[in-house]
Amino acid sequence: MLKVEAQDRETLMEPLFRAGSGFYALALLLLAVIGWGGFVYLRQITDGLGVTGMQRPAYWGVYMVNFVFFIGISHAGTLISAILRVTQAEWRRPITRIAEAITVVALIVGTLQILFDIGRPDRFLFVFVYGRLQSPLLWDAVSVTTYFLGSLTYFYLPLIPDMALLRDNLPTSAPPWRLQLYRLLALGWRGNRTQWLRLERVIAAMAVIIIPIAVSVHTIISWILATTVQPGWHSTVFGPYFVVGAIFSGIGALFIAMTIMRSVFHLEAYITEKQYRYLSYLLTTMTVIWFYFTYTEHLILAAGQQEAEFPVLASKLWGRYAPGFWFMVGLMVIAFWVLVLPGLSPERWRRVRVFQPRFALASAVSAAIAVTLAFLPQAQPVTAGTGMVSGRTVLLMVAIVFAIGTGISVLPWLKRHIVASTVIASVCVVVGMWLERWTIIVPTMTHPRLIAWAGYKPTSTEWALTVASFALFAFLFLILFKLFPPVSVWEIAEGRVVDEAQAQLEVPLPESSTPVRRGWGIARR
Amino acid sequence: MPRWAMVIDLDKCVACQGCSIACRQENNTPAVGPDQAAMGRALRWNDVVPLPLNAEEVSEISGEHATATVRYLTRPCMHCDNPPCIKVCPVQATYVDEEGLVRQDYNRCIGCRFCTVACPYGVRYFNWEEPPWSPELARHINPDYVSENGSLEGPAVRPKGVVEKCTFCIHRLQKARQQAETEGREFRAEDYRPACVETCTAQARFFGDMEDPNSTVSYLARSTRAFRILEEVGTHPKVIYLREG
Repeated sequence: MLKVEAQDRETLMEPLFRAGSGFYALALLLLAVIGWGGFVYLRQITDGLGVTGMQRPAYWGVYMVNFVFFIGISHAGTLISAILRVTQAEWRRPITRIAEAITVVALIVGTLQILFDIGRPDRFLFVFVYGRLQSPLLWDAVSVTTYFLGSLTYFYLPLIPDMALLRDNLPTSAPPWRLQLYRLLALGWRGNRTQWLRLERVIAAMAVIIIPIAVSVHTIISWILATTVQPGWHSTVFGPYFVVGAIFSGIGALFIAMTIMRSVFHLEAYITEKQYRYLSYLLTTMTVIWFYFTYTEHLILAAGQQEAEFPVLASKLWGRYAPGFWFMVGLMVIAFWVLVLPGLSPERWRRVRVFQPRFALASAVSAAIAVTLAFLPQAQPVTAGTGMVSGRTVLLMVAIVFAIGTGISVLPWLKRHIVASTVIASVCVVVGMWLERWTIIVPTMTHPRLIAWAGYKPTSTEWALTVASFALFAFLFLILFKLFPPVSVWEIAEGRVVDEAQAQLEVPLPESSTPVRRGWGIARR
Repeated sequence: MPRWAMVIDLDKCVACQGCSIACRQENNTPAVGPDQAAMGRALRWNDVVPLPLNAEEVSEISGEHATATVRYLTRPCMHCDNPPCIKVCPVQATYVDEEGLVRQDYNRCIGCRFCTVACPYGVRYFNWEEPPWSPELARHINPDYVSENGSLEGPAVRPKGVVEKCTFCIHRLQKARQQAETEGREFRAEDYRPACVETCTAQARFFGDMEDPNSTVSYLARSTRAFRILEEVGTHPKVIYLREG
C-alpha cells in the first residue's frame, strides 16, 4: 500500500472520480462538433477534395497550416518538460504532466490533418510500404512517428508511480474498471528502491533523447517547404525558424492549458505564480527570437529583390495577405508588451488616476471605433488638410495612439495579475502563430513562377474540419484528465522532500554584507 | 538507350492550341466544366499560356500599335533530367525511367500533392473530384493504357484524388515498339511521336532521341536559339525551346 497525502488526494485524485453536469455538457458539445467534423470529412471523401477551396496553384491550404500548427503546439510539452527536467528546474514539477499531455494530444490531431489533406487516404500506409528515402514527407512520417512514440513513453513513465498510488488509494465509489485500468498501467509498481532507481534512470535518459527528436520534427516539417524551389520557401533559415516558432506556440498553449486546469481542478496551491513568472521569462525569450527570425527572413527577401520571390513578399506586406500578416505582427507586439512592460513600469504608477483598467477599456474601445471607421466603405475618400494624407491613414494613426494609450494605462493592472497577463500574451501568441503558418504557406502557394496567380479562400468544409480538430484536441484533453491526475503526485511529494532538505541547510553568510564600491579600481569604504 | 526530348520552335508556333486539343483527345483528360475551370481546376497536360504570365497589368498584348507583340508559350511536361517532383514523392508514384521519361502511376499516388507543389513549371494536375465523363464524351475515350507490375499509367481513365501529367504519350512508345516487333524490324526513334507533335499545325514541334547526335532534336538543341525554361533552378528540362527572331 502506497500512501498519499490528504491534500494531494483531495485536490488531485478525487476529482477524477467525480463528474458533474458541466463535464457531461462540455463532453457532449465537443462530441457534437467532432461528429459534425466527421460528417464533413465523409462528404469530402465521397465528393473528393473539390469541396475544399484548394485549386491550382493553391494545392495546399488550411489543412497544411493546421498540420504545421498542431505539430508546433506539440513542442510545448515534451521539449519544455524535458529541458526543465534535464536542467533540474525544481519549479517544473506541477506543470510537466500537462505539458506532456499537450504533446501527445497535439500529435494525434496534427497527424489527422495529413489524412484530411491527401487525396487517397486509403493509400496512406503506402508511405511506409513504398517509401522513397529522398522525400521529406517520408522523413516527416518517420520523425513524427518516432516523436509520438517517444513522447507517449515520456508521458507514461512518470505516470507509473501515480497509477500505483491511484490503485492503492481508490475511492470506494470508483467503478471496478478503474481499478483494473490502474492496476494494469501501474505495471506492478511497489515503490521499492530498485524500481525508483530504474524509473529515475529511464526518465533521465528519455528526457535527453526526446530533445533532439523534438528539434528534428519541426526542422523536417520546415524542410517539406524549404527543399522545394518555390519562391519564399527555399530558405536555409526555415529549420531553426520553425523550431523556434514551435516552442513559442507550445509555451503559449501550455499557459492556456495550465490556466484552465488550474481553475477547473483548483490547483492554485500547486501551480503558483512562480510557475507563471518563470515560464513567462521563457515565453519572452522566444518572442524576441521569433521577431529576430521573422525580420531576418523578410529582410533577406526584400533585399534580394528576386523576380519570383518579391511578389510573395509584396503580397504579405501590402497585398492580398497583408491583413493576416500585420495582424500577426500586431498580436506578437501585444504579447511582447504584455510580457515585458509591466515589469518595467514603476510601482508608483498604481497611484496615477489614468493607469486604471477602466481608462484602458475606454481607450481600447476608441481604438476599435477608429479602426472600424477606417475600414468602413467610404462614399468619398476623406482627406485631411494636407490633401496628401487620406482619412484612413489619419484614423489608423489615431487608432495606434489609442492602442498605445490602452497598453500604457493597463500596465499596473497587468503587473498585479500575472496569470491574466500571461494568458493574454499566450492567446496572442497561439493565434499569431497560426497566422504565421498561414502567411508562410499560402502566399507562396498562390504566387508560383509559371502558373497564373490566384487567390485562395477556404470553404466551410475546411473551417468545419479545423474547428472539429480543435474540439478533438479539447475532448482528448478532457478524457485524459478524467483518467489521470493533472499534476504528477509523486513528483510533488518528492519536491516537498527536496524543499524540506533545503530549508535545513545552513547557508553561510557572505563575508561582508555592505557592497564594496570601487572607483578607478580602488576599493572605497 | 534513347533519351526522349522535344524541341518547340516558338518562331513557328501560331498558338492555335491544336497541341492541347490533341493531347486532351489522346490522353483522356476530362473536361471539368466552366465553374471548376474558373476555380483553376482545369486539367491541361499541354497548356498554351500568354507571356508574361503575371504582368502588372494583365494584358496579352504589349507595346504601341505599330510595335505591338503577343507572346505565347506552349508548355508540356518538361521531363526534367533532375526533376524536383520525383524527389519529393513519398511513395515513388512518380519516377524517371531509363529512357528519361518522368512517369506517373495512378495506382500508387496517395494524392498528397507534394509533387504539384514542388514542380516549378506547374505542369502537374490533381483530380479534385471524380473526373466527369458525359455519355457523349465517354464514347470517345481512348482505350489505351500502360501497366507494368500493377501500375496504371498513360491515358487510362484516372480515379479521383490522384495526380496526373503529360507522359510524352508513353503508350505510343509501347505501341510503336510492339508494331516494330510484329513487323520483324528494329524499332526506330522515328516510329514514336506524341500526339501534340503529330498534330502541330505549324510543325513547330520536334520529337526524338537526344542520345543520337544526328537526330533532328539533337541538331536543333545545338542551335544558338535554343533555351530551356527556368534553367536557373537546376532541373535540366528535356523540352528545349527555340527563341523567336
